[in-house]
Amino acid sequence: MARVVVDVMLKPEILDPQGQAVQRALPRLGFQGISDVRQGKRFELEVDGPVDEAALARIHELAETFLANTVIEDFVVKVEDAEGSEKVAGAAK
Amino acid sequence: MTARIGVVTFPGTLDDRDTQRAVRVAGAEAVPLWHKDKDLKQVDAVVLPGGFSYGDYLRAGAISRFSPVMESVIEQAKAGMPVLGICNGFQVLTETHLLPGAMLRNNHLHFICRDQKLRVENAETAWTADYTAGQEISVPLKNIDGQYTADERTLDMLEAEGRVAFRYLDMNPNGSLRDIAGITNEAGNVVGLMPHPEHAVEPLVGTGRTDGLGFFTSILKKLVNA
Repeated sequence: MARVVVDVMLKPEILDPQGQAVQRALPRLGFQGISDVRQGKRFELEVDGPVDEAALARIHELAETFLANTVIEDFVVKVEDAEGSEKVAGAAK
Repeated sequence: MTARIGVVTFPGTLDDRDTQRAVRVAGAEAVPLWHKDKDLKQVDAVVLPGGFSYGDYLRAGAISRFSPVMESVIEQAKAGMPVLGICNGFQVLTETHLLPGAMLRNNHLHFICRDQKLRVENAETAWTADYTAGQEISVPLKNIDGQYTADERTLDMLEAEGRVAFRYLDMNPNGSLRDIAGITNEAGNVVGLMPHPEHAVEPLVGTGRTDGLGFFTSILKKLVNA
């Protein structure tokens, strides 16, 4: 079993009211010096079998058609190795 | 022959009964359609009603878009069958790309529920022919993911082709770009809007007016004349 992570973020030009609400709360909580917050989604996919190029291509398609709405969102596909560090396997803007 | 108008129920749909009722009040036959059915039961048109299909998980409308019933709806809509998406139904229609753009969380992050004034901008679609261009109507609005967005090029295209079907009047309730409340596809058979005409078809409920009834009489007239 291997883990593939898909991060989905609103495109930079799209207003992120949730991120803004978080950012506005920061000074109230005593956190200074953070000028912007954007909120995204992280999907962790447990993959049966090897994460080879074919598997990654399928996950890329899954991210593009379902996990992200590419009208408003970008996504990044990362493969997580046994130690838990991530390697970018493809991004789509 | 009575026109048959299908009303789809997804898990989490709320407004299917109101929509069926609106269809009947207008004088058509309401045909319930289940999200697992690929068979559209020979309906003449389909309404995707409001609610929170699949709990709005992932994104509003994103999971419903892949339901068996939507495979048939997409195919038939492309072939010219009239389809109306209200609120969550509008979100489903943008997720299917039958309508351009996407829906974001309201700019103020609050769920909003109010009587909303709209201007009918395009009275030539399958669902708006009983209105006149420029007519002002008032129907209920209730949503949290109602902020219509699209890139500038798409917005300019919609304006140039007269495909902005409805615009918010007096106030923009959710930050929708260019006050857009509803749009139509190029052919005019697919229409989506955030406010709820099906809640304003009888004077006893909703806004106390019947401003929403025109959607359902429009389609009926179109189908009978077709």
